[in-house]
Amino acid sequence: MSHGNMNLTLKVWRQKDAKAKGQLVTYPLTDISPDMSFLEMFDVLNEQLINKGEEPIAFDHDCREGICGMCSMFINGQPHGPKRGVTTCQLHMRSFKNGDTIVVEPWRAAAFPVIKDLTVDRTAFDRIIAKGGFISVNTGNAQDANNIPIPKPDADAAFNAAACIGCGACVATCKNSSAMLFVSAKISQLALLPQGQVERVARAKNMVAQMDAEGFGNCSNTGACEIECPKGISLENIARMNREYYMANIKE
Amino acid sequence: MSKLDSKIPEGPLEQKWEKYKSSVPLVNPANKRSLEIIVVGSGLAGASAASTLAEMGYKVKVFCFQDSARRAHSIAAQGGINAAKNYQNDGDSTYRLFYDTIKGGDYRAREANVYRLASVSANIIDQCVASGVPLAREYGGMLSNRSFGGTQVQRTFYAAGQTGQQLLLGAYSGLQRQVGLGTVEMCARHEMLDVVVIDGKARGIIARDLISGKLERHFGHAVLLCTGGYGNVFYLSTNAMGSNVTAAWKAHKKGAFFGNPCFTQIHPTCIPVSGDHQSKLTLMSESLRNDGRIWVPKKQGDTRKPNEIPEEERDYYLERRYPAFGNLVPRDVASRAAKERCDAGYGVGASKMAVYLDYKAAIDRYGKTQAKKLGVENPTAAQLREFGKQVVEEKYGNLFEMYEQITGENPYEVPMRIYPAVHYTMGGLWVDYNLMTTVPGMYALGEANFSDHGANRLGASALMQGLADGYFVIPMTIGAYLSKEIGVKPISTDHEAFVNAEKEVQATIDKFLSIKGSKSVDSFHKRLGKIMWDKCGMARNEKGLKEAIAEIRALREEFWRDVRVPGTNNELNPELEKAGRVADFIELGELMCMDALNRSESCGGHFREESQTEEGEALRKDDEFSYVAAWENKGNHTYELHKEELKFEAIKIAARSYK
Repeated sequence: MSHGNMNLTLKVWRQKDAKAKGQLVTYPLTDISPDMSFLEMFDVLNEQLINKGEEPIAFDHDCREGICGMCSMFINGQPHGPKRGVTTCQLHMRSFKNGDTIVVEPWRAAAFPVIKDLTVDRTAFDRIIAKGGFISVNTGNAQDANNIPIPKPDADAAFNAAACIGCGACVATCKNSSAMLFVSAKISQLALLPQGQVERVARAKNMVAQMDAEGFGNCSNTGACEIECPKGISLENIARMNREYYMANIKE
Repeated sequence: MSKLDSKIPEGPLEQKWEKYKSSVPLVNPANKRSLEIIVVGSGLAGASAASTLAEMGYKVKVFCFQDSARRAHSIAAQGGINAAKNYQNDGDSTYRLFYDTIKGGDYRAREANVYRLASVSANIIDQCVASGVPLAREYGGMLSNRSFGGTQVQRTFYAAGQTGQQLLLGAYSGLQRQVGLGTVEMCARHEMLDVVVIDGKARGIIARDLISGKLERHFGHAVLLCTGGYGNVFYLSTNAMGSNVTAAWKAHKKGAFFGNPCFTQIHPTCIPVSGDHQSKLTLMSESLRNDGRIWVPKKQGDTRKPNEIPEEERDYYLERRYPAFGNLVPRDVASRAAKERCDAGYGVGASKMAVYLDYKAAIDRYGKTQAKKLGVENPTAAQLREFGKQVVEEKYGNLFEMYEQITGENPYEVPMRIYPAVHYTMGGLWVDYNLMTTVPGMYALGEANFSDHGANRLGASALMQGLADGYFVIPMTIGAYLSKEIGVKPISTDHEAFVNAEKEVQATIDKFLSIKGSKSVDSFHKRLGKIMWDKCGMARNEKGLKEAIAEIRALREEFWRDVRVPGTNNELNPELEKAGRVADFIELGELMCMDALNRSESCGGHFREESQTEEGEALRKDDEFSYVAAWENKGNHTYELHKEELKFEAIKIAARSYK
């Protein structure tokens, strides 16, 4: 049952550590089932490498149901591969054809240095959130939840922005390695909610400053991030972030 | 005299927590600054505990094995979070939430803990909303609620099908705020590999930096394990790939008793296994049972396509066996019924280990009401179908899409195939009312402890417990311990206990790398999972459990002789990480089987075939087994059972019936 009929050629980025020079290595792979996920196909390859006495390929993954944001493969030039609206772990081999050659690389951005093989360091995102991606409310400060009525359209829009899983596909696909879709999603979520108003000005300024300090590029509105985002985060958020940022600077 | 003191406060049930809070010793702000707390795990329990303790002034260090605190598997919870807000004015109350949880847990949870959980549930929602979690709203701007299994009120708060994600990101943002303020030191891509115990108290941990492979020693006045459940002992489960028992197991080996290890929850609606390559199982939300009908063919080994099987040849077995609750029986009951049909040869799909979850009736029904609503007279069959599909898509669209993505089948046209899968572990480290394990200074929060769900967890209660423990319980209860520790200066990590613990960890790592056997870590994990699933899964019996124990022992011996771990210690080495986790799962698996063997009753998720009614329903034995089984590790794979008697003062024990 596990054996399928797909034969593939994989070209995978191998890099020993952050300092080493990497290269694409070719691996032929046979009997792949179309029902496998892309990561399960990597499990099969790794099992074969281990049995041959070679080192398996390091890649990030955890929940394997498209929500944790940890998986991060750049497949044939696209983050998370050819299908729209899915992460690598939800991509199945039936999206490929028998005989295909598939090139798999890590996210590439100066702010996301490679750790090993397909694993990169995305802690820059955590540092940006630490600069303002929150509401400063200590546990115990809260009033009754229904004392803050929120219009449904605002709540829904905030939710749509909050759906970001922080995978970094937006950065990986952007020719400028810009993190603006990621940062704007958090700024939007909190700017749309009444609870987020108090810190609105400081949040926009501080998060943008950290984003720049991390070495992410600027946005030139090509919109690739929105297309590649597995959670459909809209480009509108970037427009909103820009407004927040300008307003913050004027108010200063 | 048992060693177990649950430290439940005196007084009437509804006053215990209030009185406790008024009398628990406090630590003054100046002293808090010199007390260090280690938090392992950054899910709902860990992130909420860490941020709250840091807000109070403690010095906190957080460890997680993922690349960021935001990845913890709480993020994958779909359905919702319960709270006794009574916003729907449908008669909900703290008592009702308490009662439902105790009953749902088949009377194997501690009354005082569950009552406390119910009473802080409302505060959790307030805290989450205040911190910007976008929970679903009605048009009037008020919070929305939905129904969930095992209750008669609407008390479940939600954020579409991503409630866990939104709550976790809320807790994560609070945590990052403290990181930014410098009150929390975050150690991501670090794995805890041992607890350091000095003079009987937990004083720190040994952690491995997963990128450099370097072992680190960290001191803490207290250690909080918020490391989730151990469902991955079955290899296939709905847990994340990295979810593991290692931190809890190391704590167990250093003296923490393990409570009710055999209590595992098998969720009835998961996408079935498609082949040997399968690495994990995906849950389909319980909410699908609201409208879907579950059936198998009446004929054994029927190979016809589902749509070719006429109505009269279908067996809607849940509706047949449980007319009162039908497709909405609790998780444990629905799971066992599916297994019973498949074992009897009525299963469907290529593997024959699946049942149908059919939306045709719902599509027809919704089609008719929608046609009326739209004022379409004499609609054609095709129109009705289209209308029905639209309604179903609005309610369950994302789930149907996920199903199609994974299976390649369109659930609007063909019934979904589902089968039960391991989802949650009610068992965990034994803790007292303070959430402290049997090792002073070491605590367990969230799914990592055993405390609140008894033998079966109700839907939408895991998120509630994780946040209750982290936001509201531990910040109070830890004072009872730390108030006596204010004179303790940080212990140097050159102390021999740290040195020895690190040496032991290093020796284990060296051992893994030196075996150079012939079989991969995963191959052992898969074999362990098969033993556990076949013999300690949805149904258990004495013979099978004894066989399982023997098989696991043999597997353990083979693992330590023949496992192949490639690479070195001084680099990112996922195989080495997995080896450590699987070694611990093998030991835990044996203890789970021992616990299941000891508990010769059926209760909640634990079904002993010897203990059932004539109709095949679970039969509890309250006279013999109304206790928490807390296992002490005596070394060399031997364990001693301690019992904490469960006293029910507020609730009258009754048999659960869903007929």
